[in-house]
Amino acid sequence: MSEPVLSVRNLRLDIPIGAGTLHAVRGIDFDLDRGETLCIVGESGSGKSLTSLAIMDLLGKRIERKADKLVFDGTDLTKAGARKMRALRGDRMAMIFQEPMTSLNPAYTIGDQLMEALLLHRKVGKAEARRRAVELLEKVGITGAERRLSQYPHQLSGGLRQRVMIAMALMCEPELIIADEPTTALDVTIQAQILRLLVDLTREMNVAMILITHDLGVVARVADKVAVMYAGELVEAGTAKKVFDAPMHPYTRGLLRCIPVPGKTERGSELGSIPGIVPSLVGEVSGCVFRTRCEEATEACRGEIPFRESADGRHNFRCVHEAGRRAGVEEPA
Amino acid sequence: MLNFILKRLGLAVLVALTVSAISFSLLFMAGDPAAALAGEQATDVDIEAIRRLYGFDRPMIVQYWEWLSRALQGDFGESYYFRLPVADLIMERLSITMTLGVCGISFALLTAVPLGVVAAIRPNSLIDRFALFLSVMGQAMPSFWFGLMMIVVFSIQLNWLPPSGTKTWVHFIMPTIVLGYYAMPAIMRLTRAGMLDVLGSDYIRTARAKGAGEGRVLFKHALRNAIIPVVSLAAVQMGFMLGGSIVVESIFALHGAGYLAWESIGRNDLPTVQALILVFSMFYIVFTFLSDVLNAWLDPRIRVA
Repeated sequence: MSEPVLSVRNLRLDIPIGAGTLHAVRGIDFDLDRGETLCIVGESGSGKSLTSLAIMDLLGKRIERKADKLVFDGTDLTKAGARKMRALRGDRMAMIFQEPMTSLNPAYTIGDQLMEALLLHRKVGKAEARRRAVELLEKVGITGAERRLSQYPHQLSGGLRQRVMIAMALMCEPELIIADEPTTALDVTIQAQILRLLVDLTREMNVAMILITHDLGVVARVADKVAVMYAGELVEAGTAKKVFDAPMHPYTRGLLRCIPVPGKTERGSELGSIPGIVPSLVGEVSGCVFRTRCEEATEACRGEIPFRESADGRHNFRCVHEAGRRAGVEEPA
Repeated sequence: MLNFILKRLGLAVLVALTVSAISFSLLFMAGDPAAALAGEQATDVDIEAIRRLYGFDRPMIVQYWEWLSRALQGDFGESYYFRLPVADLIMERLSITMTLGVCGISFALLTAVPLGVVAAIRPNSLIDRFALFLSVMGQAMPSFWFGLMMIVVFSIQLNWLPPSGTKTWVHFIMPTIVLGYYAMPAIMRLTRAGMLDVLGSDYIRTARAKGAGEGRVLFKHALRNAIIPVVSLAAVQMGFMLGGSIVVESIFALHGAGYLAWESIGRNDLPTVQALILVFSMFYIVFTFLSDVLNAWLDPRIRVA
């Protein structure tokens, strides 16, 4: 197998605050191959967005990023300076944000903003950039592309703007696209269309994608790999099939009970919920962060928690219990 | 865009008409103009004669129409005091006031905008504190005191700059600083607040995600959006500087239009006051119109309104 396009080992993000340090993200590991789609799942505040911004090096100055390994397409990002990162951003790695309504600059035309991505990274003329912009607008399904170039963001609907954002991310044919909840802010009727478009285009262009979402229905449809985050930790990661078929971590199981999955949730059965709230991450975090909400919690959960890797490394989870369940509890039929 | 400009232009004309009516009626608000003209020893017969001579006995609307149509041709009547055409009087003084106003607002913008931008890039830094200090000083110091202090230091003690007059550009240095410094704090703070706001916005993150450099992010993506309220404020400040630079003009003995207005009020020279009020208001209207057009160019969303 070839080198993964993105390889992350033990990624940590600390935010110094008045009372101490907020350990926002602790020990994230994953590999992403070319053309593969990784879905990062987790509730609000679990560190999904921070993780993606950390890869792009778009965190504010206040957040400290540390990692044992952070290699993108042969470049060690932990050693890359601001200039190197600028050269990568928008060219080799691109990002699509959650809010299409505010993610485009209101003062410039769609065309200006699309072409900028190409003009910043390639030695091409305006005419060539314009041609590429039209081509991509057509690709993302915008009609009358030529005319749209001279329109301003406020003249476009949210769905169209998100299509523009997708086109913009693809301008330089990147290796990696990070989409941070790209459909959350859209009308439900548009969500599926945009997601389909994103998935189709990344497959067609063989672009790896990190899709951040809290919609497990989406994950089930598009993911090759899944990473489940809870309170800044990676609690379970693996191929989508394995995680969905045999969720190991109690939190993943809880999540799957919360959301109906087509073909998996029985009609008429009750949807679950996970009681409690996410603990504070200020100061030293020890033991399992999920133990206060976990139905499998035991005394051992206060101690060191191993990250259990399967033999082929394709399904890993972080739990003190060998099978993600308290000893002596029977697997429910 | 053309549609927008025409609409704003129409609006500006309406405002100008309203202002002209108000400034015309000032003549009558200040008391009986005929009695004022006739002087204290005049008899009722004299006053009546003057009333007829100047046409004050005719209906108000007729007088207004006549005054307005003459004003539109640049004829504001004759100054009661100088016995000279008001238009000539104002034109002569206006060039001084315009020079001072343009220099003042340029000084204010050239110091306030860069300072505001730098302060916004590094909030709570030393330079931000310094900018805040400057703006508090500017707001707290009255112009007349600051002007006098400048004269004491730079004219009397150091003997670097002339304290009064308008002969050369050197004469304008101190008045420019005093007048500009008055407008600086508000512009600086608005720039800083606008930049802080815009720099935290999603489209700035998008620009960074695209690989845009810091300079490009700041000046192409951020400043254009942050500067919009500043343009409106600067237009108002500019109007104020042209009409309200009386204090600065008096301190530095620049005999500009503001100073003329001040003198004319004291002399009961109503045609001059009337004309000056109209001219100052026109400045406001013109600058507001220009700032509207500039803002519409900066922000396409405004063009729709």
